[in-house]
Amino acid sequence: MHIDRLRYILQAYQRRPWVCRAMLILALASLLACSTPPAPAAGPTPTALPDEQTLTVFAAASLTDAFQEIGDSFEVGSAGVDLAFNFAGSQQLVQQLAQGAHADVLASASLKAMQTAAEAGTVNEADSQAFARNQLVVIFPKDNPAGLAQLQDLAKPGIKLVLAAKEVPAGQYALEFLDKASQDPAFDSNFKEKVLNNVVSYETNVRLVLSKVALGEADAGIVYVTDFNIAKDAVSALVIPEALNAIAIYPIAPVKESMQVELSQKFIDFVLSADGQQILAKYGFLSPK
Amino acid sequence: MGSKSWRNMASFRRSNRDSLPSQWPEPAFPGRQRFRRLLQLLSLPMLAFIFLPLLALFLRTSPVQTLANLDQEQVRQAISLSLVTTLTATLITMILGTPLAYAQAHKSFRFSGLVDTLIDMPLVLPPAVAGVALLITFGRRGLIGGWIAHLGIEIPFTTAAVVLAQIFVAAPFFIKAATLGFASIDREQQQAAGMDGANGWQIFRYVVVPLSMSSLVSGAVMTWARALGEFGATIIFAGNLPGRTQTMPLAIYVGFELDLNVALTLSVILVGLSFLALILVRGVFHRQWA
Repeated sequence: MHIDRLRYILQAYQRRPWVCRAMLILALASLLACSTPPAPAAGPTPTALPDEQTLTVFAAASLTDAFQEIGDSFEVGSAGVDLAFNFAGSQQLVQQLAQGAHADVLASASLKAMQTAAEAGTVNEADSQAFARNQLVVIFPKDNPAGLAQLQDLAKPGIKLVLAAKEVPAGQYALEFLDKASQDPAFDSNFKEKVLNNVVSYETNVRLVLSKVALGEADAGIVYVTDFNIAKDAVSALVIPEALNAIAIYPIAPVKESMQVELSQKFIDFVLSADGQQILAKYGFLSPK
Repeated sequence: MGSKSWRNMASFRRSNRDSLPSQWPEPAFPGRQRFRRLLQLLSLPMLAFIFLPLLALFLRTSPVQTLANLDQEQVRQAISLSLVTTLTATLITMILGTPLAYAQAHKSFRFSGLVDTLIDMPLVLPPAVAGVALLITFGRRGLIGGWIAHLGIEIPFTTAAVVLAQIFVAAPFFIKAATLGFASIDREQQQAAGMDGANGWQIFRYVVVPLSMSSLVSGAVMTWARALGEFGATIIFAGNLPGRTQTMPLAIYVGFELDLNVALTLSVILVGLSFLALILVRGVFHRQWA
């Protein structure tokens, strides 16, 4: 079949080479036409706005909504500055920086991730400041397919539980909660083991845990309170008591290799300012202290 | 070259594949040598671009390190899970894909062009889209997943989901190769078998399959290699659990964030396997099977 088609094309080419060549040129010309317009459009922009600066911020996935709003109001306050966010699991951000990704500011969901970045030489640990805290919550789909009523139910066999991977801060905090609960007399001593047996997936960032529970594919997941806050129409939550809960501390720091030191500091100051803190509080983040 | 010689070449190729010369006869023309030099020179950047990253992988890992990492349970689990799931996916693709390919080769469907496009879709879709699509189809809240769940079978987060994701993204390679293979067989040969009293099944089994064996095998190997590399659909549809759904690409992705050595070891193994697969396909294409 394909040989016949090829032969047909070849015959057509031999009979009317000019038609074919003209078509080829036309095709190439249209390709060029498609690719050229952006060039002149992109050309004048830098000259018209010479002060246009792009600040690249690497931020933990759990900060997605809050930082987007902070970014909007930061851009309003500083004309000519364009913020570019890269939201991912903190560990992934740290690894990307270590492999040479360009960024100006790093905001992670754990002190440990910031430490790893400092060890890799991408930030100065002394420059890092805590700007928010967060806590965990157990979420389940609104219709509660597994009939969860209390935290102890997480150990019931057959529950489909989704956690963040242990590489990701949210996953570490979840393990911390399970450890604390296993020590607590209100829980089985092998609570952690039983719960981990129910895990069907370790997601690479906390927002993926939220999606899978919100879609109703998983019976339960452990995410930050702030993640639950933005998905209240799809999921319900079991509160984890203060004594068992892990406290996630979010540090922010300028990246060493950044060429925009002042602007980076300005953004960090804004996050720490009353305006920035108010936005974070709106999404359910706790103040750093 | 006149049109006739092309025609002769094509029919010659089909009837005498054994004696096919390894290269097309090239007409001599002035400056040919210089032009070839130039071509070789111009191809170097592209070749280097493909080759360097692969080389870098091997330079970053020492064989000793690779062997040491093979001892890690997570690495071994990922390798064995990848092999089991991809072989299952390839087998299922061959069983379910062959009738479709045969039907397509004979243009059995009214809109076979449309069917062809549909088969191509997974090739151009981002795998993440495939993952979401599979989730909202086979998930327990999905289009048909709800009924399946009533039977007590839940697919997401299981090894079965890994296989389904692999079939979805990799099946087109086999189906397309098989379709082309079936279609390139002389109608006359099939008709001759029919006149000798062979029924449809016998023609398929004893004439069509042996004659298109090289297409079938190379299509299956391509499907297997694509399934081996499948990542996006798997991590969305099947999740990530070592030993159950964490295949090699997923272990590489997760490993990249914690232990670069694990990622490198698995990457090197994957590159090696893919290379073997492609060599195998080339070997099959240039040899007459059956």
